[in-house]
Amino acid sequence: MHTNPAAPLLQVDDIRVAYGGIQALKGVSLELYAGEMVCLIGANGAGKTTTLNAIAGMLPLAGGRIAYAGDDIGALPAHRRVRRGIALVPEGRGIFTRLTVEENLRMGAYARDDADAIETDLDRVYTLLPRIRERLAQVAGTLSGGEQQMLAIGRALLSRPRLLLLDEPSMGLAPQVVEKIFEVVQTVRDDGVTVLLVEQNAHLALAFASRGYVMESGRITLSGSGRALLADPSVRAAYLGE
Amino acid sequence: MDALAHAVPWLGKRHPRAAGWLVIVLALAAPLIAAYFGRSWVRILDFALLYMLLALGLNLVVGFAGLLDLGYIAFYAVGAYTWAFLASPHFGVHLPFWLVLPLGAGFAALAGIILGTPVLRLRGDYLAIVTLGFGEIVRIFLNNLNHPVNITNGPQGINALDSLSLFGWDLAGTLRLGDFKVHSLYLYYYVFLLCVAGSIVFIRRLQISRIGRAWAAMRDDELAAKAIGINVRNMKLLAFALGATFGGVAGGLFGAFQGFVSPESFSLMESIAVLTMVVFGGMGNIVGAVVGALILTALPELLRYLALPVQEALFHRVVLDPEVLRMLLLSLAMIFMMLWRPGGLIPARARYARPELLGGETR
Repeated sequence: MHTNPAAPLLQVDDIRVAYGGIQALKGVSLELYAGEMVCLIGANGAGKTTTLNAIAGMLPLAGGRIAYAGDDIGALPAHRRVRRGIALVPEGRGIFTRLTVEENLRMGAYARDDADAIETDLDRVYTLLPRIRERLAQVAGTLSGGEQQMLAIGRALLSRPRLLLLDEPSMGLAPQVVEKIFEVVQTVRDDGVTVLLVEQNAHLALAFASRGYVMESGRITLSGSGRALLADPSVRAAYLGE
Repeated sequence: MDALAHAVPWLGKRHPRAAGWLVIVLALAAPLIAAYFGRSWVRILDFALLYMLLALGLNLVVGFAGLLDLGYIAFYAVGAYTWAFLASPHFGVHLPFWLVLPLGAGFAALAGIILGTPVLRLRGDYLAIVTLGFGEIVRIFLNNLNHPVNITNGPQGINALDSLSLFGWDLAGTLRLGDFKVHSLYLYYYVFLLCVAGSIVFIRRLQISRIGRAWAAMRDDELAAKAIGINVRNMKLLAFALGATFGGVAGGLFGAFQGFVSPESFSLMESIAVLTMVVFGGMGNIVGAVVGALILTALPELLRYLALPVQEALFHRVVLDPEVLRMLLLSLAMIFMMLWRPGGLIPARARYARPELLGGETR
């Protein structure tokens, strides 16, 4: 699938999402170019998770357009978007707690039927996440929070995504663990996967991402390079606790 | 075979082969052993097999797919009334079993989809309440569709249903093998046993198939299941439809065996009894469903035989009706289970951790 290199891989254009009568997204636009790692920061309830879920197809759009690799995917159901190469690591990790670690990983390849390539990808995930490899036969619900996050990322990688949507990978984890997870994400990005990352930990996210968007009550209020946002006084005041 | 071995507590772990054979021999010899205590026990065994079919079907919905269904008995009713409509003097139709049984299963599956479609977005308590309502609606329809046009014959039910007749061989009669006579109850037992065995093999394969794994994923986390490319809507409908199919088949067999159906047999308490069997045996576990159905069918009957004489002896009269005792026993079973074995008699998790399942994906 070769597309115009100048065109963004993902173009979200003025999307709106409503839960019942409440407008959660009031027109969000953003774009990701192939190979980028972009983060989406903002306060609780700003609509970050809703944005990711809408891109992954978990929520119906009330308006706007989502173009991916040149196609309008706004009406495509979630399971079809996975086959196009969009993988979501949901908020709270979404581990299949009663399956084993290996079963979880293999479930990530559910949408694929290229058995040999799946084995190769499994080996790559094992290399990337050695901690997970040690626990293949363990029931996934008994993993620690950090291991579960690693597993969730590994599972998403097994769908062989072009675009990885990561929802708060740092949630509830110790700083050293968070750092490890970000290292993994960076390796994934270096391997050519485009990453859209939602984070509460703005400092860390902006340091790792090339660009960032700031969300506030259902809208994007600011965007720029990671460095520029880190230096922005309003961002520092609102999200970096200064 | 290995799955059967899990039903045997001690031997199952050490000599699975032997334990498997033991279960098969016991299953084949059970009616002969039961007959020693009286023919009514063979009848109870027949019913236990029907409940096994129901528990296996409900386990598919509740245990595998994680959809709490409190109206499951409605599909049993659909199967039974299909048999009553198409194989009884009620409408004067007498179709053969190989037509009626699949039709009953088909109607039940259809009913499963009709129930499943509106509840796709519901989970947990909400799903339970809607399915409970569905079960009651079906029962109330059966109760009241006797006028203005008499379809179901209302609360009186439908009588004189055709018995199961396998290609000209009527199971209601007595089979004569020379001087040896085999009573109808035994014939039904082996036919039902065959159905249960077939269902176990089918469901076992289903469980380790792509569909079974999709259900397991959906049950643990619906959003994540969608995120890895599972069509959750279709998988839910499939669970409702397939689960209902087992209810439909069991219902047809029940109609043929009993020769009589009435709405009374399909009350909410029956749904709850089947659910109790699944939960008691171990949710999500095939062997658990079978063992749960066997124990919770046989125990109340045993109690019925003991309770009356004991009460007579103690109080010189019957204080507690055996039917009340049945519910009491089901409740006690649940309480003790929650205290001592929250995963059920044979918990499902150990099974999922078995290495043989891990190879499933690559095949």
